[in-house]
Amino acid sequence: MSPGTDRAGEGVGRGRDGLFVAAMGILGGLYVALLVATMAADVFYTTPGHLWRALKSPEIRHAVRLSLLSCTLTTLLSLWVAVPIGYLMTRHRFRGRALVDSLLDIPIVLPPLVIGLSLLILFQWPPLRALERVFPVTYAVPSVVLAQFMVACAFAVRTLRATFEAMDPRPEQVAWTLGCSRAEAFWRVVLPSARRGIVTAATMAWARALGEFGPILVFSGATRMRTEVLPTTVFLELSVGNLEAAVAVSLLMVVAAVAVLMLIRARGSAITLGRFA
Amino acid sequence: MIELERVTVRVGGFGLRDVSMRVPAGSHAALMGRTGAGKTTLMEAICGLRRVESGKVRIGGRDVTDEVPGMRGVGLVPQDGALFGHLTVREHLTFALEVRRWTRERMEARVEELAGWLGIRGLLDRLPPGLSGGEAQRVALGRALSFHPRVLCLDEPLSALDDETRAGACEVLESVRRREGVTVLHITHSRPEAERLADVFLRLREGRVEVEA
Repeated sequence: MSPGTDRAGEGVGRGRDGLFVAAMGILGGLYVALLVATMAADVFYTTPGHLWRALKSPEIRHAVRLSLLSCTLTTLLSLWVAVPIGYLMTRHRFRGRALVDSLLDIPIVLPPLVIGLSLLILFQWPPLRALERVFPVTYAVPSVVLAQFMVACAFAVRTLRATFEAMDPRPEQVAWTLGCSRAEAFWRVVLPSARRGIVTAATMAWARALGEFGPILVFSGATRMRTEVLPTTVFLELSVGNLEAAVAVSLLMVVAAVAVLMLIRARGSAITLGRFA
Repeated sequence: MIELERVTVRVGGFGLRDVSMRVPAGSHAALMGRTGAGKTTLMEAICGLRRVESGKVRIGGRDVTDEVPGMRGVGLVPQDGALFGHLTVREHLTFALEVRRWTRERMEARVEELAGWLGIRGLLDRLPPGLSGGEAQRVALGRALSFHPRVLCLDEPLSALDDETRAGACEVLESVRRREGVTVLHITHSRPEAERLADVFLRLREGRVEVEA
Protein backbone atom coordinates (compact mmCIF):
# COMPACT_ATOMS: atom_id res chain seq x y z
CA MET A 1 0.00 0.00 0.00
CA SER A 2 1.44 3.39 -0.90
CA PRO A 3 1.81 6.16 1.70
CA GLY A 4 -0.55 8.25 -0.39
CA THR A 5 -3.36 5.75 0.18
CA ASP A 6 -2.86 5.95 3.93
CA ARG A 7 -3.23 9.73 3.91
CA ALA A 8 -6.35 9.56 1.75
CA GLY A 9 -8.38 8.31 4.71
CA GLU A 10 -7.13 10.93 7.17
CA GLY A 11 -9.83 12.66 9.16
CA VAL A 12 -12.53 10.39 7.72
CA GLY A 13 -14.23 8.32 10.36
CA ARG A 14 -17.43 6.53 11.19
CA GLY A 15 -17.95 8.79 14.18
CA ARG A 16 -19.17 11.68 12.06
CA ASP A 17 -21.70 9.48 10.23
CA GLY A 18 -22.98 8.16 13.53
CA LEU A 19 -23.50 11.70 14.82
CA PHE A 20 -25.38 12.67 11.69
CA VAL A 21 -27.76 9.72 11.91
CA ALA A 22 -28.25 10.29 15.65
CA ALA A 23 -29.12 13.98 15.06
CA MET A 24 -31.66 13.04 12.41
CA GLY A 25 -33.04 10.33 14.67
CA ILE A 26 -33.49 12.72 17.60
CA LEU A 27 -35.26 15.35 15.49
CA GLY A 28 -37.60 12.83 13.85
CA GLY A 29 -38.00 10.80 17.03
CA LEU A 30 -39.36 13.80 18.94
CA TYR A 31 -42.33 14.00 16.59
CA VAL A 32 -42.95 10.25 16.69
CA ALA A 33 -42.78 10.40 20.50
CA LEU A 34 -45.33 13.24 20.53
CA LEU A 35 -47.71 11.16 18.36
CA VAL A 36 -47.34 8.11 20.59
CA ALA A 37 -47.76 10.26 23.72
CA THR A 38 -51.07 11.74 22.50
CA MET A 39 -52.42 8.28 21.65
CA ALA A 40 -51.23 6.95 25.01
CA ALA A 41 -52.83 9.90 26.82
CA ASP A 42 -56.20 8.98 25.24
CA VAL A 43 -55.78 5.31 26.09
CA PHE A 44 -54.82 5.93 29.73
CA TYR A 45 -57.46 8.59 30.27
CA THR A 46 -60.32 6.34 29.29
CA THR A 47 -61.51 3.08 30.85
CA PRO A 48 -63.46 0.16 29.35
CA GLY A 49 -66.43 1.51 31.35
CA HIS A 50 -66.25 4.89 29.58
CA LEU A 51 -66.03 3.18 26.21
CA TRP A 52 -68.96 0.91 27.00
CA ARG A 53 -71.11 3.80 28.23
CA ALA A 54 -70.25 5.80 25.12
CA LEU A 55 -71.15 2.90 22.83
CA LYS A 56 -74.46 2.38 24.66
CA SER A 57 -75.55 5.98 24.25
CA PRO A 58 -78.21 6.21 21.48
CA GLU A 59 -76.80 9.54 20.28
CA ILE A 60 -73.29 8.17 19.89
CA ARG A 61 -74.58 4.99 18.22
CA HIS A 62 -76.46 7.19 15.77
CA ALA A 63 -73.26 9.17 15.15
CA VAL A 64 -71.29 5.95 14.54
CA ARG A 65 -73.92 4.74 12.07
CA LEU A 66 -74.12 8.09 10.26
CA SER A 67 -70.30 8.33 10.13
CA LEU A 68 -69.97 4.86 8.60
CA LEU A 69 -72.78 5.47 6.12
CA SER A 70 -71.71 8.98 5.07
CA CYS A 71 -68.02 8.04 4.77
CA THR A 72 -68.88 5.07 2.55
CA LEU A 73 -71.16 7.18 0.33
CA THR A 74 -68.51 9.91 0.17
CA THR A 75 -65.87 7.36 -0.83
CA LEU A 76 -68.03 5.97 -3.65
CA LEU A 77 -68.86 9.47 -4.92
CA SER A 78 -65.20 10.52 -4.66
CA LEU A 79 -64.01 7.55 -6.73
CA TRP A 80 -66.76 8.12 -9.28
CA VAL A 81 -65.40 11.64 -9.82
CA ALA A 82 -61.69 11.21 -9.07
CA VAL A 83 -61.04 8.35 -11.52
CA PRO A 84 -62.12 10.37 -14.60
CA ILE A 85 -60.42 13.55 -13.34
CA GLY A 86 -57.17 11.74 -12.55
CA TYR A 87 -57.21 10.00 -15.93
CA LEU A 88 -58.05 13.10 -17.99
CA MET A 89 -55.55 15.33 -16.20
CA THR A 90 -52.80 12.79 -16.79
CA ARG A 91 -53.52 11.71 -20.36
CA HIS A 92 -54.87 14.89 -21.96
CA ARG A 93 -53.41 18.32 -22.55
CA PHE A 94 -56.08 21.00 -22.90
CA ARG A 95 -56.45 24.74 -22.64
CA GLY A 96 -56.87 25.84 -19.02
CA ARG A 97 -55.35 22.65 -17.65
CA ALA A 98 -53.07 24.54 -15.24
CA LEU A 99 -56.05 26.47 -13.89
CA VAL A 100 -58.08 23.28 -13.37
CA ASP A 101 -55.04 21.75 -11.69
CA SER A 102 -54.89 24.62 -9.19
CA LEU A 103 -58.67 24.52 -8.62
CA LEU A 104 -58.48 20.83 -7.74
CA ASP A 105 -56.14 21.63 -4.86
CA ILE A 106 -58.37 24.32 -3.35
CA PRO A 107 -60.18 21.97 -0.93
CA ILE A 108 -56.78 20.81 0.35
CA VAL A 109 -55.45 24.29 1.11
CA LEU A 110 -58.64 26.14 2.15
CA PRO A 111 -59.57 26.27 5.84
CA PRO A 112 -62.34 23.65 6.34
CA LEU A 113 -64.68 26.26 7.84
CA VAL A 114 -64.47 28.28 4.63
CA ILE A 115 -65.53 25.24 2.61
CA GLY A 116 -68.56 24.80 4.85
CA LEU A 117 -69.42 28.49 4.62
CA SER A 118 -69.06 28.45 0.82
CA LEU A 119 -71.42 25.46 0.59
CA LEU A 120 -73.91 27.21 2.85
CA ILE A 121 -73.87 30.31 0.66
CA LEU A 122 -74.06 28.26 -2.54
CA PHE A 123 -77.26 26.65 -1.32
CA GLN A 124 -78.80 30.12 -0.84
CA TRP A 125 -78.76 30.43 -4.62
CA PRO A 126 -82.42 30.39 -5.80
CA PRO A 127 -82.29 27.23 -8.00
CA LEU A 128 -80.66 25.26 -5.20
CA ARG A 129 -83.11 26.67 -2.64
CA ALA A 130 -85.91 25.46 -4.88
CA LEU A 131 -84.26 22.03 -5.00
CA GLU A 132 -84.10 21.97 -1.21
CA ARG A 133 -87.86 22.22 -1.02
CA VAL A 134 -88.10 18.74 -2.60
CA PHE A 135 -84.77 17.34 -1.46
CA PRO A 136 -83.48 18.96 1.75
CA VAL A 137 -79.70 19.25 1.81
CA THR A 138 -78.59 22.00 4.22
CA TYR A 139 -78.71 20.87 7.87
CA ALA A 140 -79.78 17.40 6.70
CA VAL A 141 -77.88 14.15 6.05
CA PRO A 142 -77.06 14.95 2.36
CA SER A 143 -75.16 18.04 3.57
CA VAL A 144 -72.90 15.79 5.66
CA VAL A 145 -72.01 13.72 2.61
CA LEU A 146 -71.52 16.81 0.44
CA ALA A 147 -69.27 18.50 3.03
CA GLN A 148 -67.16 15.35 3.40
CA PHE A 149 -67.07 14.86 -0.38
CA MET A 150 -65.69 18.36 -1.03
CA VAL A 151 -62.49 17.58 0.86
CA ALA A 152 -62.18 13.79 0.53
CA CYS A 153 -62.55 13.92 -3.25
CA ALA A 154 -59.57 16.30 -3.57
CA PHE A 155 -57.38 13.73 -1.81
CA ALA A 156 -58.74 10.91 -3.98
CA VAL A 157 -57.96 12.99 -7.08
CA ARG A 158 -54.37 13.58 -5.91
CA THR A 159 -53.84 9.87 -5.26
CA LEU A 160 -55.32 8.79 -8.58
CA ARG A 161 -53.35 11.38 -10.53
CA ALA A 162 -50.18 9.97 -9.01
CA THR A 163 -51.37 6.48 -9.96
CA PHE A 164 -52.14 7.32 -13.59
CA GLU A 165 -48.96 9.40 -13.95
CA ALA A 166 -46.90 6.42 -12.81
CA MET A 167 -48.59 4.14 -15.36
CA ASP A 168 -46.91 3.64 -18.71
CA PRO A 169 -49.43 4.69 -21.42
CA ARG A 170 -48.05 2.07 -23.85
CA PRO A 171 -50.21 -0.90 -22.76
CA GLU A 172 -53.32 1.24 -23.26
CA GLN A 173 -52.09 2.29 -26.73
CA VAL A 174 -51.35 -1.34 -27.60
CA ALA A 175 -54.94 -2.14 -26.62
CA TRP A 176 -56.13 0.49 -29.16
CA THR A 177 -54.05 -1.15 -31.90
CA LEU A 178 -55.59 -4.51 -30.95
CA GLY A 179 -59.04 -3.17 -31.79
CA CYS A 180 -60.23 -1.58 -28.53
CA SER A 181 -62.09 1.70 -28.51
CA ARG A 182 -60.82 4.21 -25.94
CA ALA A 183 -63.59 3.15 -23.53
CA GLU A 184 -62.84 -0.57 -24.00
CA ALA A 185 -59.11 -0.02 -23.42
CA PHE A 186 -59.95 1.97 -20.29
CA TRP A 187 -62.14 -0.81 -18.85
CA ARG A 188 -60.01 -3.74 -19.96
CA VAL A 189 -56.48 -2.37 -19.40
CA VAL A 190 -56.29 0.96 -17.54
CA LEU A 191 -58.72 0.34 -14.66
CA PRO A 192 -57.45 -3.14 -13.76
CA SER A 193 -53.87 -1.85 -13.78
CA ALA A 194 -54.88 1.05 -11.51
CA ARG A 195 -56.72 -1.11 -8.98
CA ARG A 196 -54.16 -0.66 -6.19
CA GLY A 197 -54.23 3.10 -6.65
CA ILE A 198 -58.03 3.02 -6.60
CA VAL A 199 -58.02 1.10 -3.30
CA THR A 200 -55.51 3.58 -1.87
CA ALA A 201 -57.62 6.53 -3.05
CA ALA A 202 -60.74 4.94 -1.52
CA THR A 203 -59.08 4.43 1.86
CA MET A 204 -57.67 7.98 1.78
CA ALA A 205 -61.11 9.40 0.97
CA TRP A 206 -62.77 7.29 3.66
CA ALA A 207 -60.26 8.32 6.32
CA ARG A 208 -60.48 12.01 5.36
CA ALA A 209 -64.28 11.88 5.43
CA LEU A 210 -64.26 10.25 8.88
CA GLY A 211 -62.19 13.09 10.35
CA GLU A 212 -64.05 15.94 8.63
CA PHE A 213 -65.56 18.43 11.09
CA GLY A 214 -65.30 22.10 10.06
CA PRO A 215 -67.47 22.07 6.92
CA ILE A 216 -70.01 19.74 8.58
CA LEU A 217 -70.38 22.02 11.59
CA VAL A 218 -71.16 25.01 9.34
CA PHE A 219 -73.15 23.32 6.55
CA SER A 220 -74.91 20.54 8.46
CA GLY A 221 -75.09 21.90 12.00
CA ALA A 222 -74.53 19.76 15.07
CA THR A 223 -78.00 18.39 15.74
CA ARG A 224 -78.02 15.22 17.85
CA MET A 225 -79.66 12.18 16.24
CA ARG A 226 -79.80 14.08 12.97
CA THR A 227 -76.54 15.37 11.47
CA GLU A 228 -74.17 14.25 14.21
CA VAL A 229 -71.07 12.38 13.03
CA LEU A 230 -68.21 11.22 15.29
CA PRO A 231 -66.14 14.45 15.18
CA THR A 232 -69.36 16.36 16.01
CA THR A 233 -69.86 14.03 19.00
CA VAL A 234 -66.39 14.85 20.31
CA PHE A 235 -67.17 18.57 19.96
CA LEU A 236 -70.62 18.28 21.60
CA GLU A 237 -69.42 16.12 24.49
CA LEU A 238 -66.49 18.49 25.08
CA SER A 239 -68.78 21.53 25.03
CA VAL A 240 -70.93 20.06 27.85
CA GLY A 241 -67.84 19.07 29.85
CA ASN A 242 -68.19 15.31 29.32
CA LEU A 243 -64.50 14.71 28.72
CA GLU A 244 -64.74 10.94 29.31
CA ALA A 245 -67.22 10.42 26.46
CA ALA A 246 -65.25 12.79 24.19
CA VAL A 247 -62.05 10.82 24.76
CA ALA A 248 -63.84 7.47 24.33
CA VAL A 249 -65.22 8.57 20.93
CA SER A 250 -61.81 10.00 19.99
CA LEU A 251 -60.30 6.59 20.70
CA LEU A 252 -62.85 4.94 18.43
CA MET A 253 -61.76 7.30 15.67
CA VAL A 254 -58.07 6.68 16.36
CA VAL A 255 -58.65 2.93 16.04
CA ALA A 256 -60.58 3.42 12.76
CA ALA A 257 -57.88 5.75 11.37
CA VAL A 258 -55.03 3.40 12.30
CA ALA A 259 -56.91 0.46 10.76
CA VAL A 260 -57.37 2.40 7.50
CA LEU A 261 -53.72 3.53 7.41
CA MET A 262 -52.55 -0.03 7.96
CA LEU A 263 -54.80 -1.16 5.13
CA ILE A 264 -53.20 1.45 2.85
CA ARG A 265 -49.71 0.24 3.82
CA ALA A 266 -50.71 -3.38 3.31
CA ARG A 267 -52.05 -2.63 -0.16
CA GLY A 268 -48.67 -1.16 -1.04
CA SER A 269 -47.83 1.95 -2.95
CA ALA A 270 -50.06 3.11 -5.77
CA ILE A 271 -47.04 4.17 -7.70
CA THR A 272 -45.50 0.78 -8.49
CA LEU A 273 -47.84 0.04 -11.37
CA GLY A 274 -47.94 -0.13 -15.07
CA ARG A 275 -44.56 -1.36 -16.26
CA PHE A 276 -44.04 -5.02 -16.81
CA ALA A 277 -41.40 -6.03 -19.27
CA MET B 1 -47.65 -2.35 -48.22
CA ILE B 2 -46.95 0.63 -45.98
CA GLU B 3 -46.83 4.01 -47.66
CA LEU B 4 -46.23 7.44 -46.18
CA GLU B 5 -46.78 10.44 -48.41
CA ARG B 6 -45.37 13.75 -47.16
CA VAL B 7 -46.39 13.04 -43.60
CA THR B 8 -45.95 15.76 -40.96
CA VAL B 9 -46.15 14.86 -37.28
CA ARG B 10 -45.48 17.13 -34.34
CA VAL B 11 -44.69 16.07 -30.77
CA GLY B 12 -44.18 19.06 -28.47
CA GLY B 13 -41.17 20.96 -29.83
CA PHE B 14 -40.06 18.03 -32.02
CA GLY B 15 -41.51 17.25 -35.39
CA LEU B 16 -41.14 15.29 -38.61
CA ARG B 17 -41.96 17.20 -41.77
CA ASP B 18 -42.97 15.89 -45.19
CA VAL B 19 -41.68 12.36 -44.59
CA SER B 20 -42.30 9.92 -47.42
CA MET B 21 -41.46 6.22 -47.51
CA ARG B 22 -42.67 2.94 -48.95
CA VAL B 23 -42.39 -0.61 -47.63
CA PRO B 24 -43.44 -3.16 -50.29
CA ALA B 25 -46.05 -5.76 -49.35
CA GLY B 26 -44.60 -8.87 -47.73
CA SER B 27 -41.17 -7.37 -47.09
CA HIS B 28 -39.31 -6.91 -43.83
CA ALA B 29 -38.04 -3.33 -43.60
CA ALA B 30 -35.47 -2.27 -41.04
CA LEU B 31 -35.82 1.38 -40.02
CA MET B 32 -32.57 2.75 -38.61
CA GLY B 33 -31.40 6.15 -37.45
CA ARG B 34 -29.85 8.02 -34.56
CA THR B 35 -31.54 8.08 -31.14
CA GLY B 36 -34.05 10.93 -31.20
CA ALA B 37 -34.33 10.92 -35.01
CA GLY B 38 -38.07 10.20 -34.72
CA LYS B 39 -38.26 6.50 -35.62
CA THR B 40 -40.75 5.66 -32.88
CA THR B 41 -42.79 8.79 -33.70
CA LEU B 42 -43.02 7.64 -37.32
CA MET B 43 -44.12 4.16 -36.20
CA GLU B 44 -46.72 5.71 -33.92
CA ALA B 45 -48.08 7.70 -36.88
CA ILE B 46 -48.42 4.45 -38.86
CA CYS B 47 -50.20 2.75 -35.94
CA GLY B 48 -52.54 5.73 -35.45
CA LEU B 49 -51.12 6.67 -32.05
CA ARG B 50 -49.95 10.11 -33.28
CA ARG B 51 -52.08 12.57 -35.15
CA VAL B 52 -50.79 13.27 -38.63
CA GLU B 53 -50.95 17.02 -39.29
CA SER B 54 -50.70 16.65 -43.04
CA GLY B 55 -49.93 13.99 -45.62
CA LYS B 56 -51.28 10.46 -46.10
CA VAL B 57 -50.68 7.10 -44.44
CA ARG B 58 -51.68 4.12 -46.61
CA ILE B 59 -51.73 0.49 -45.58
CA GLY B 60 -52.36 -2.12 -48.27
CA GLY B 61 -53.25 0.71 -50.65
CA ARG B 62 -56.00 2.03 -48.34
CA ASP B 63 -55.83 5.54 -46.89
CA VAL B 64 -55.88 5.05 -43.09
CA THR B 65 -54.75 8.57 -42.13
CA ASP B 66 -57.98 9.36 -40.31
CA GLU B 67 -58.74 5.85 -39.05
CA VAL B 68 -58.51 4.92 -35.35
CA PRO B 69 -55.66 2.50 -34.47
CA GLY B 70 -57.91 -0.55 -34.16
CA MET B 71 -59.20 -0.26 -37.74
CA ARG B 72 -55.76 -0.14 -39.37
CA GLY B 73 -54.86 -3.81 -39.04
CA VAL B 74 -51.44 -3.06 -37.57
CA GLY B 75 -49.89 -5.21 -34.84
CA LEU B 76 -47.48 -3.38 -32.52
CA VAL B 77 -44.66 -4.80 -30.41
CA PRO B 78 -43.33 -1.90 -28.30
CA GLN B 79 -39.79 -1.73 -27.01
CA ASP B 80 -40.47 -3.13 -23.54
CA GLY B 81 -43.32 -5.42 -24.59
CA ALA B 82 -45.89 -3.31 -22.70
CA LEU B 83 -47.75 -6.40 -21.53
CA PHE B 84 -50.98 -6.12 -19.54
CA GLY B 85 -49.92 -6.81 -15.95
CA HIS B 86 -53.25 -8.30 -14.84
CA LEU B 87 -53.73 -10.74 -17.74
CA THR B 88 -52.25 -14.20 -18.20
CA VAL B 89 -50.25 -15.08 -21.31
CA ARG B 90 -53.31 -16.91 -22.71
CA GLU B 91 -55.47 -13.81 -22.16
CA HIS B 92 -52.87 -11.73 -24.01
CA LEU B 93 -53.17 -14.02 -27.02
CA THR B 94 -56.99 -13.88 -26.99
CA PHE B 95 -57.28 -10.16 -26.15
CA ALA B 96 -57.74 -8.90 -29.73
CA LEU B 97 -59.86 -11.95 -30.59
CA GLU B 98 -62.31 -11.29 -27.75
CA VAL B 99 -62.64 -7.70 -28.94
CA ARG B 100 -63.46 -9.15 -32.38
CA ARG B 101 -65.94 -11.62 -30.85
CA TRP B 102 -64.28 -14.78 -32.16
CA THR B 103 -65.85 -18.06 -31.04
CA ARG B 104 -64.18 -19.93 -28.17
CA GLU B 105 -63.12 -22.77 -30.50
CA ARG B 106 -61.46 -20.39 -32.96
CA MET B 107 -59.68 -18.58 -30.14
CA GLU B 108 -58.43 -21.83 -28.63
CA ALA B 109 -57.13 -22.99 -32.00
CA ARG B 110 -55.30 -19.69 -32.54
CA VAL B 111 -53.78 -19.77 -29.03
CA GLU B 112 -52.58 -23.34 -29.63
CA GLU B 113 -51.06 -22.37 -32.98
CA LEU B 114 -49.27 -19.26 -31.67
CA ALA B 115 -48.12 -20.82 -28.38
CA GLY B 116 -46.64 -23.81 -30.22
CA TRP B 117 -44.78 -21.66 -32.72
CA LEU B 118 -43.52 -19.12 -30.15
CA GLY B 119 -42.57 -21.80 -27.63
CA ILE B 120 -44.72 -20.34 -24.86
CA ARG B 121 -47.11 -23.28 -24.31
CA GLY B 122 -45.78 -23.78 -20.79
CA LEU B 123 -46.36 -20.12 -19.91
CA LEU B 124 -50.02 -19.79 -20.89
CA ASP B 125 -51.31 -19.46 -17.33
CA ARG B 126 -48.51 -17.18 -16.11
CA LEU B 127 -48.79 -13.43 -15.43
CA PRO B 128 -46.27 -10.97 -16.97
CA PRO B 129 -44.32 -10.24 -13.76
CA GLY B 130 -43.23 -13.90 -13.79
CA LEU B 131 -41.79 -13.78 -17.34
CA SER B 132 -38.21 -13.22 -18.47
CA GLY B 133 -37.38 -10.49 -21.01
CA GLY B 134 -37.29 -12.96 -23.90
CA GLU B 135 -40.55 -14.62 -22.86
CA ALA B 136 -42.27 -11.24 -22.53
CA GLN B 137 -41.18 -10.30 -26.07
CA ARG B 138 -42.58 -13.57 -27.45
CA VAL B 139 -45.89 -12.93 -25.70
CA ALA B 140 -45.97 -9.35 -27.06
CA LEU B 141 -45.27 -10.74 -30.55
CA GLY B 142 -48.01 -13.36 -30.21
CA ARG B 143 -50.47 -10.72 -29.00
CA ALA B 144 -49.63 -8.43 -31.94
CA LEU B 145 -50.01 -11.24 -34.52
CA SER B 146 -53.03 -12.95 -32.97
CA PHE B 147 -55.63 -11.16 -35.11
CA HIS B 148 -53.77 -11.64 -38.44
CA PRO B 149 -52.75 -8.00 -39.01
CA ARG B 150 -51.50 -6.94 -42.43
CA VAL B 151 -48.62 -5.01 -40.93
CA LEU B 152 -46.40 -5.75 -37.95
CA CYS B 153 -44.51 -2.88 -36.27
CA LEU B 154 -41.56 -3.87 -34.10
CA ASP B 155 -39.94 -1.14 -31.99
CA GLU B 156 -36.46 -2.37 -31.08
CA PRO B 157 -37.82 -5.73 -29.95
CA LEU B 158 -34.40 -7.25 -29.31
CA SER B 159 -32.58 -4.33 -27.69
CA ALA B 160 -33.22 -5.33 -24.08
CA LEU B 161 -32.33 -9.02 -24.55
CA ASP B 162 -29.05 -10.75 -23.73
CA ASP B 163 -27.08 -12.33 -26.60
CA GLU B 164 -28.39 -15.85 -26.11
CA THR B 165 -32.04 -14.82 -25.84
CA ARG B 166 -31.58 -12.47 -28.81
CA ALA B 167 -30.44 -15.32 -31.04
CA GLY B 168 -33.61 -17.28 -30.22
CA ALA B 169 -35.82 -14.23 -30.70
CA CYS B 170 -34.13 -13.53 -34.07
CA GLU B 171 -35.07 -17.04 -35.25
CA VAL B 172 -38.69 -16.38 -34.32
CA LEU B 173 -38.68 -13.04 -36.17
CA GLU B 174 -37.12 -14.68 -39.23
CA SER B 175 -40.09 -17.01 -39.48
CA VAL B 176 -42.75 -14.32 -38.91
CA ARG B 177 -43.14 -13.28 -42.54
CA ARG B 178 -43.21 -16.84 -43.85
CA ARG B 179 -45.78 -18.02 -41.30
CA GLU B 180 -48.04 -14.98 -41.04
CA GLY B 181 -47.51 -13.29 -44.40
CA VAL B 182 -47.25 -9.82 -42.85
CA THR B 183 -45.34 -6.76 -43.95
CA VAL B 184 -42.85 -5.95 -41.18
CA LEU B 185 -41.50 -2.55 -40.16
CA HIS B 186 -38.73 -3.06 -37.66
CA ILE B 187 -36.92 -0.28 -35.78
CA THR B 188 -33.41 -1.30 -34.85
CA HIS B 189 -30.04 0.20 -33.98
CA SER B 190 -28.18 -2.94 -34.94
CA ARG B 191 -26.94 -3.25 -38.52
CA PRO B 192 -26.15 -7.01 -38.16
CA GLU B 193 -29.69 -7.59 -36.82
CA ALA B 194 -31.12 -5.63 -39.76
CA GLU B 195 -28.99 -7.57 -42.27
CA ARG B 196 -30.06 -10.87 -40.83
CA LEU B 197 -33.79 -10.13 -40.83
CA ALA B 198 -34.60 -7.41 -43.34
CA ASP B 199 -34.70 -7.13 -47.11
CA VAL B 200 -35.39 -3.39 -47.19
CA PHE B 201 -33.10 -0.97 -45.34
CA LEU B 202 -34.40 2.47 -44.44
CA ARG B 203 -32.61 5.22 -42.58
CA LEU B 204 -34.32 8.20 -40.96
CA ARG B 205 -31.92 11.11 -41.17
CA GLU B 206 -32.76 14.76 -40.55
CA GLY B 207 -36.45 14.16 -41.09
CA ARG B 208 -36.06 12.20 -44.36
CA VAL B 209 -36.29 8.47 -44.95
CA GLU B 210 -33.53 7.22 -47.24
CA VAL B 211 -33.44 3.77 -48.78
CA GLU B 212 -30.06 2.10 -48.22
CA ALA B 213 -28.46 -0.63 -50.23
